[in-house]
Amino acid sequence: MIDNSNRTNKFALKARKKRGSFVERTLATLVSKTEHALFAEELAQADGFLQKLDPRVKIVGLLALILAATLARNIFTILFIFAVAVLLAVLSGVPIRTLAMRAWLSALFFTGMIALPAIFLTPGDALFRLPLLGWTITAQGITTAIYLISRVETTVTLSLLLVLCTLWTHVLKALRVLRVPVVFVVILGMTYRYIFVMLETARNMFEARQSRLVGKLGASESRRIAAASVGVLLSKSFYLNSEVYLAMQSRGFRGEVYTLDDFQMQRRDWFALVGFLLAALFAFWLGRQDSLESLLSFN
Amino acid sequence: MHIPDGYLSPVTCAVLYAAAAPFWAIALNRVKKLLNTRLVPLLSVFAAFSFVIMMFNIPLPGGTTGHAAGIAIAAIVLGVWGSVLAISVALLIQALFFGDGGITAFAANSFNMAIVGSLVAGAVYRIVANNAELASTRRVVAAGLAGYAAINAAAFCASIEFGIQPLLFQDASGAPLYAPYPLSIAVPAMMIGHLTVAGLAEMVVTAGVVAYIQRTDVSLLKLTAPDAPTANIAETPGWRSTKALWIGLAALMILTPLGLLTAGTAWGEWSADDFADPAVREQIAAASGNQAPPTAPPEGLARLADIWTSPIPDYAPAFMNSAEFGYILSAMFGTGIIILVFLIIGWITRK
Repeated sequence: MIDNSNRTNKFALKARKKRGSFVERTLATLVSKTEHALFAEELAQADGFLQKLDPRVKIVGLLALILAATLARNIFTILFIFAVAVLLAVLSGVPIRTLAMRAWLSALFFTGMIALPAIFLTPGDALFRLPLLGWTITAQGITTAIYLISRVETTVTLSLLLVLCTLWTHVLKALRVLRVPVVFVVILGMTYRYIFVMLETARNMFEARQSRLVGKLGASESRRIAAASVGVLLSKSFYLNSEVYLAMQSRGFRGEVYTLDDFQMQRRDWFALVGFLLAALFAFWLGRQDSLESLLSFN
Repeated sequence: MHIPDGYLSPVTCAVLYAAAAPFWAIALNRVKKLLNTRLVPLLSVFAAFSFVIMMFNIPLPGGTTGHAAGIAIAAIVLGVWGSVLAISVALLIQALFFGDGGITAFAANSFNMAIVGSLVAGAVYRIVANNAELASTRRVVAAGLAGYAAINAAAFCASIEFGIQPLLFQDASGAPLYAPYPLSIAVPAMMIGHLTVAGLAEMVVTAGVVAYIQRTDVSLLKLTAPDAPTANIAETPGWRSTKALWIGLAALMILTPLGLLTAGTAWGEWSADDFADPAVREQIAAASGNQAPPTAPPEGLARLADIWTSPIPDYAPAFMNSAEFGYILSAMFGTGIIILVFLIIGWITRK
């Protein structure tokens, strides 16, 4: 008996050391996705600058800034847009910590890893030679790495602001204004709803499995469970589809979709629209100033 | 493989929006005709399904984990055009509501994964399955290969999009403005990861799901194979009995480049220049039972040699003779070895 319990303890320890089984890790991902969405919904209803704007102005304005950031041909323009983005975040009560954790650090890690070798691999004027390795750092390499990282950081911040400060129902309505076909908008809206149904279903499936799990899962057994879970989810989604379809039909759905557009532009919205467009236009202009490029040359 | 904003120039993004638009239009037309009013709920639910399974953590042989995109599953169950729409919607939701993948790069991501991925998956599945029984092992293998091919085709498109950026967009000093690596680096760097981990994850999940569907609800496979016979349900789970095929696949991948590495040219396929080269002359002699070839190329051969210069000399267009193609070949070779090593590790650890 004593021997047996010891062995179970060892099992538990081993399992904990391996950062959890694939069931636990998948559960964690599913939960964090739901949490992010709930957090966004909460923040979108808060009382801030972006939240109070008409969603159409917000989407057009933020998209214009994203476009300006991707078009810019010098670092200063990108930094200017980044500063505007941070200012918007502060005005809208988005915690800088959230931005740092969800946008800046992950983008810096991911893009940084990609950009780092470019410092050595981009042909150009040699700046510095690494001792021992003999790799040459080029001025063009550093410039291109800065371009990539700053651009990605800026656009990621702007799109996260859009996600965090807009109710998803408002994004959908605003897409209608941007001439996205109504079928697509309806599909997007329904998909968004059913994502949470599916997330919940998947979480229940994995929790049920986890609660019946004793000891450690082998790799091939895990794969079998993963594939079977996807299969079960597939069957369930077909079942859900026919249920939803019947429900829609019983309420008179004949393939046509109507939406209520009840946005009203306030004076504040017009001011904000002008502000956004001015900032974007200034950034377009600044981004095309070739004379600024030489300011950031390392040779 | 979700490309964020900032990696691709706005021009590239615009071109890809233009390239993706006709596919979306065709897909919407086709699917509308097929489903009529059913279109909206089916696509919504399936897009939600694709979104959720992208979060599954798939344990791979050898201890790594990967994520599947579910492109081939969508293409097999919904058909190619349904899959194009469902995956596009899932990608748009990720970009707009969750901040994964760029907004300006949405068309690029859709083009790579939803459009190219679905088309490749559908084609590979159809060709390999070739009207086999719905519950046959062959369909499991076809599904696995479709998943593997789809994810790699998508990654290849993405790597080309990355690779052309530094050629086209530089600032005055010559520093690339967007993705910094030329094709010779972008292609192998993307492909190594996808030929191994990502491709394997997609393969495992797609094959596993089709094997699972065969045992539980075979009618789900009916849409893309309406004429396939459905006689008897496989007695053994399809996935298990495919091991020999995976080993064969690994062996084939390792062997692929060997054909190009062996010395000499095929017998009888000499060119006019070969007759002047003493080294090649020796090879020809050795291969022809030690009969010395004529010192000059036969007159007819010399005369006709210049009439048609093939656009693909020695079966390889100019870019294939370059370093990039070598990288791809070595990546394929490496992948074959890696699959084999995973299989061996799996076999040893089970003992």
